[in-house]
Amino acid sequence: MFASQSTMLRGTHMEVFKADVVIIGAGGAGLRAAIAVAEADPALTIALVSKVYPMRSHTVAAEGGAAAVTLPHDNLDYHFNDTVGGGDWLCEQDVVEYFVAHAHREMVQMEHWGCPWSRTADGHANVRAFGGMKVERTWFAADKTGFHMLHTLFQTSIKYPSIKRFDEHFCVDLVVEDGRVQGVVAIEIATGEFRLIEAKAVIIATGGAGRVFRENTNGGIVTGDGMALAYRHGVPLRDMEFMQYHPTCMPGTGLLFTEACRGEGGFLLNKDGYRYLQDYGLGPPDPSPRNKAMELGPRDRLSQAFWHEKQKGRTINGPHGAVVHLDLRHIGERKLRERLPQIYELAEEFLGVDPAREPIPVLPAVHYTMGGILADGKTASPLRGLYSVGECSSVGIHGANRLGSNSLTELIVFGKVAGDEASAFAKTVTIGNPAALAKQAEAIRARALGIVSKDGGTERMVVLRTEMAKSMEDGCGIYRLGPEMQATCNKIDELKQRYKRLKIDDHSRAWNTEWLLAIELGYLLDVAQAIVYSAINRKESRGSHQRLDGFEQRDDTNYLKHTLAYYAGDGAPRIGYGAVKITKSKPGTRAYGAAGEKADAERKNEASHA
Amino acid sequence: MPDNEKIIEIEVLRYRPEQDAEPVLQTYQVPFTDDMSVLQGLQYIKDYLDGTVSFRWSCRMAICGSCGMMVNGKPELSCKTFLRDYYPGKLRVEALAHLPIERDLVVSVGDFVKKLASVKPYIIPKEARSLDDGEYLQTPAQLAQYEQFSSCINCLLCYAACPQYGMNPAFTGPAALALLHRYNADSRDGGKAERMELVHSEEGVWSCTLVGYCSEVCPKGVDPARAINMNKTSSAADYFLRFVMPKGVVK
Repeated sequence: MFASQSTMLRGTHMEVFKADVVIIGAGGAGLRAAIAVAEADPALTIALVSKVYPMRSHTVAAEGGAAAVTLPHDNLDYHFNDTVGGGDWLCEQDVVEYFVAHAHREMVQMEHWGCPWSRTADGHANVRAFGGMKVERTWFAADKTGFHMLHTLFQTSIKYPSIKRFDEHFCVDLVVEDGRVQGVVAIEIATGEFRLIEAKAVIIATGGAGRVFRENTNGGIVTGDGMALAYRHGVPLRDMEFMQYHPTCMPGTGLLFTEACRGEGGFLLNKDGYRYLQDYGLGPPDPSPRNKAMELGPRDRLSQAFWHEKQKGRTINGPHGAVVHLDLRHIGERKLRERLPQIYELAEEFLGVDPAREPIPVLPAVHYTMGGILADGKTASPLRGLYSVGECSSVGIHGANRLGSNSLTELIVFGKVAGDEASAFAKTVTIGNPAALAKQAEAIRARALGIVSKDGGTERMVVLRTEMAKSMEDGCGIYRLGPEMQATCNKIDELKQRYKRLKIDDHSRAWNTEWLLAIELGYLLDVAQAIVYSAINRKESRGSHQRLDGFEQRDDTNYLKHTLAYYAGDGAPRIGYGAVKITKSKPGTRAYGAAGEKADAERKNEASHA
Repeated sequence: MPDNEKIIEIEVLRYRPEQDAEPVLQTYQVPFTDDMSVLQGLQYIKDYLDGTVSFRWSCRMAICGSCGMMVNGKPELSCKTFLRDYYPGKLRVEALAHLPIERDLVVSVGDFVKKLASVKPYIIPKEARSLDDGEYLQTPAQLAQYEQFSSCINCLLCYAACPQYGMNPAFTGPAALALLHRYNADSRDGGKAERMELVHSEEGVWSCTLVGYCSEVCPKGVDPARAINMNKTSSAADYFLRFVMPKGVVK
């Protein structure tokens, strides 16, 4: 923690730090935003608040790569069309246009900052194939791309003196005064002391909420904190029903085997050794990778195909349930060690499987939160002064299904936008009434202390967490049914009541992780409620939201619109809808493999006749 | 939990600054299956036996670097150390050696982060290049010069292994020196001369006595001992070269 003590003003009750911009979350998005503010104006003071040390943030676990149009035969329209079609036309198309246009420049910026991108023989950044992408455009650093991007950003951030880090500070609330967000309150984890950080603009960059589900690829810290904070202050969460199942994860733990396994040529096999994806409109099964076909189809389709194989009894029974095989044997040990070293290590050390000699058992697990805090194309929320970026945010590029390797690029493209926008806004306002902020901070502290000091609770945390995760999996899995979603709505409502009777063993203050887990569970339950109520109200199937109860088709007449979930305290969220921005791609048939190529040709034909 | 579960005894070194004058061992009986990591054992304790035990963890897949601890006296990432390998014996987990304990298994990371900052862990460009000019060219062979050292996850197992750091906490230490070398060895970087001041200093490479245990415990194959040794060679060369070359020319 580098915040200099001299800038800490000891008030009567709580330490106060005065910042121009405060950023909650120091993963890829938060760090990129912090650097953008520092470069926009070195005179601005940035408070970068993270509940972990920045290099522990979950960006670290991203494996496969980051997309940007790079090769001569690729173009921005291709990336745009892949993204919008991949999102089943629920993307904000103007935002996607901005995204694809700025992706390459931001990747080059990462390169200048030292990111160890994998290279071609002549020294250029190399690109690999990825699911749903028409042309190879995914920059990668072996299979540790998120790790390298995060460490590059963190280490680079050290050279900017205006970035004051609050490492291991846990954010408990936003301070909203006079209709404008003007700071945050955080607990210094090591001591349990509270800090008020006043700021003229606040950027939320806290990542996703995958831990609301049982089997997931996410780290323990991915608990929807920033989403819940914005939501509780009236900012809607958009498109929360769209949760991404990644098709190739480790049974039992849900740990990720990157899509790059398939980008490098891996096969998915059922119990008969058959490449079953050809039965689900993704063929033909060429022996080498064919973009936007078979194993390089989009994640929603691949996870759905697994579900059908399981129904047909064509999966393999393992100790943790049904699995299929990810077969990398034909790639050979040498190339696997070079391109997929971490996958090799995970398979060997966690499963005792040598992927050059045996197939890896895999199944789909929850991976990514497509929806998030409502943001315009410039990352601004409807609450003045509040911005959001990264997985916590719904800036509009993922629609109903994110394409792999678009989210790492999102962090840096929109991290810069958020930093630029927040710094510009910060210069137009002042902190109005410090006394009012201090008073609010006191109330926030009292509420947070109420959780840790409470005696006589009866509900054990692990029980509530487990029931939540199980119920979300039952109601909001790969395929969804009305009655099951209703049961999950009821369960989450019930858990929110039982949460009030939480039993806490630990009443101390220093490094009380049980206290923090309790606050996180509160965040998770609010986000879970937004997810399931958004899901049950969307009476169609689109992208990762697939229903089997009479709403099997996409319904553009009624549901070509964004879901907006508004927080309503103890009650069910209020569900509203917002328009989808269409610029140049009218909703069409979403097809992959040979069928997709045919549909593309027809669209091109139509366009040339129009 | 399946029926055929076994029970392993886990001793946890507890230290709660608000109530313990000094660390004490506490024992838990933990049911486990063969695929469970030491971390999962601790999570079981926290969830079902004792909510007051504190430890850091996140990714569960040996990349975030949070969950380092001493397992039967050896620095390990608890997420990729498995309970089955200690059964039927018992298991003792303690905070990483040589680092101040904040509570239970949580050690202070602040000193490392300061040392990391001291090595200037960022590109100091050899030649300026604008974004419009695209990426710097770097061949796979040039990448290979530093890639291994860029794989450090900052888990601090090497600090817990390093006897020199144990005796002299001013020593810059294995991970930070490996990262220093990572930037020095990067073809895009021109900051070596600036960093070598630290390398030469008392806290730099010469504190290392080449025990090599840091590289043995590294979960990512970074080999900090090799990085330090390469800088010793470089530092010694600088020492002699300064008699024959004007200051500042050394690259």
